[in-house]
Amino acid sequence: MTWIVRRGRALVVAVPTLWLALFFLIPFLVVLRVSFSEPAIARPPYTSLFDWDQGLLTITLNLGNYAYLLEDDLYVSAYLNSIWMASASTVICLLIAYPMALWIARSPMKNLLLMLVILPFWTSFLLRMYALIGLMSPTGFINSALGLVGLGPITMLQTDFAVYMGMVTGYLPLMILPLYSTLEKLDGALLEASHDLGARPWRAFLDVTLPLSMPGVIAGSLLVFIPSVGEYVIPALLGGPDQLMIGKTLWTEFFNNRDWPLASAVAIAMLAFLVVPIMFARNALGVKE
Amino acid sequence: MTCKTALSLLAAAAAGLAAGAAQAQEEPVLNVYNWSDYIAEDTIEKFEAETGIKVTYDVYDSNEVLETKLMAGSTGYDVVVPTGDFLARQIQAGIYQPLDKSKLPNLENMDADLMARLANWDPENAHAVVYMWGTTGIGYNTAKIEERLGADAPTNSWALVFDEANAAKLADCGITMLDAPTEIIPAAMNYLGLDPQSTETADIEKAEALLKTIAPHVRYFHSSQYINDLANGDVCLSVGWSGDVFIARDRAAEAENGVEIAYVIPDEGALLWMDTLAIPADAPHPENAHKFINFIMDGQITADITNYVWYANANTASLPMVDEEITSDPGIFPTEAAKKKLYTAVVYDARVSRTVNRAWTSIKTGQ
Repeated sequence: MTWIVRRGRALVVAVPTLWLALFFLIPFLVVLRVSFSEPAIARPPYTSLFDWDQGLLTITLNLGNYAYLLEDDLYVSAYLNSIWMASASTVICLLIAYPMALWIARSPMKNLLLMLVILPFWTSFLLRMYALIGLMSPTGFINSALGLVGLGPITMLQTDFAVYMGMVTGYLPLMILPLYSTLEKLDGALLEASHDLGARPWRAFLDVTLPLSMPGVIAGSLLVFIPSVGEYVIPALLGGPDQLMIGKTLWTEFFNNRDWPLASAVAIAMLAFLVVPIMFARNALGVKE
Repeated sequence: MTCKTALSLLAAAAAGLAAGAAQAQEEPVLNVYNWSDYIAEDTIEKFEAETGIKVTYDVYDSNEVLETKLMAGSTGYDVVVPTGDFLARQIQAGIYQPLDKSKLPNLENMDADLMARLANWDPENAHAVVYMWGTTGIGYNTAKIEERLGADAPTNSWALVFDEANAAKLADCGITMLDAPTEIIPAAMNYLGLDPQSTETADIEKAEALLKTIAPHVRYFHSSQYINDLANGDVCLSVGWSGDVFIARDRAAEAENGVEIAYVIPDEGALLWMDTLAIPADAPHPENAHKFINFIMDGQITADITNYVWYANANTASLPMVDEEITSDPGIFPTEAAKKKLYTAVVYDARVSRTVNRAWTSIKTGQ
């Protein structure tokens, strides 16, 4: 009996493990392998790491790609700028999403409001970004409306502002939903108790609601921050030429320079510098909860 | 063990059968990967009607995207349309199969002079034929340029955009450039009086310095968005491909929005590029691909495409069928004098490629 239970557990875990190994681990290892090779005019356009010659296995690891990332300040500033843009977008999302989530959680029309939050997800992400182009272009809706009252066209597209708009509208639901789920579960009795003990609403929010909703804040922030850092589509469509972001830099290495090894090194370095610390932070905070 | 052997034998037999069948009769399917907005509306339809081959037609908007897919391999595409200098490098990498010229009787329609230019990239024209060709020049909104620079604006010169004083005056109405370092950097070198085919780091740096002075006035670097923006009046000057500017001009005329677009090959000269039809080495339907290429080289079909996309072709037989308006336009079919000033792109090796692209990033970001 216990044997079946154990085997059953193993089977249940086997499916997602296999899935992750096949579609995450193996592609990751391929990228890692490419990052240690050298570019070549061939198909595929990089050299092989392993050379098998008469029983002698030679492994050539080219660490030059990683060294180059530090040599040229382009990459470091692209990383820093991406982190900055992503952090700012996350904070803006949080500031907008928190009151919305709180309101939805306490509203009698929860289901309808939640529906409205989820609705944009049914439209393609790309399409929503194109809608923003229509909204912000020099002859778009906003500028046409401004023109009616005699205000000149404002250049909004191809600026940082447009990128923040894109990031915030694109990722806002990812912030609202986890916040909503923690706020909705919040025990109303705790707030009543704090009021009974003389806390003003603001005080009750700071001491009761906010600390109890921290898991939602962290989950939402990670959901927004992680995809924002490597974001390529939004800066490419809405951003200006002077924005240095790691997603675009990676694209340039891959497509313009045809340097797959260096592009892979950029990707691996991004993973190491961003995702690994985030995972640690998440675990540390998770333990504390 | 025996079971495995039997299975592998069976698989081998099946594969052999399939291969035999493919040799005898290719399935009537063809996968074409071409640039966006780059074929007449009825070309595919006519090909399907004539041959009974079902065409899957996909589009891209940059050579880089095409090349990356080809380099990764197994794209499933039978006909692709790389630009000359990209073609040359891809031939080196073994991407293409040689054309079987016995299957291309329409080759006799092709212009000998232009095919000879193509041979710079593809010796003996072994792998490709010219699809369309054009120039990288300046498209501009005539009214807005005059409004900002006056009636004597240098519209016949690269100074219109490469002179910082002019660029600054046009910044607020919108300047765009192709996101194509291999075209813009040679243009800047040419404007500076340097050899546009130079691969010297010093020359690239001079071009970079010039472009950095105007980059702050450039709204974006993109290779297809300017068609719409120019037509809508959202931008007023684009360094772009001849035919794309003409598409913008047509769209503006159709929309009757009062926007008037002109295209100029500046007097200093401009880049002549050629897009070519080629068959990847791993194309699943090479027979059909040859049929398609031969079909495109038909005079009437090429004329239809030119009449639609407003790019010059290299097909002598098509010229009588091409609209007079197009053949007489010096922006499309340049005069002999202007033709002499046109230069072609060289193939950069890995080192030059990196220098050029690093300079390009630096220009775009100001860092």
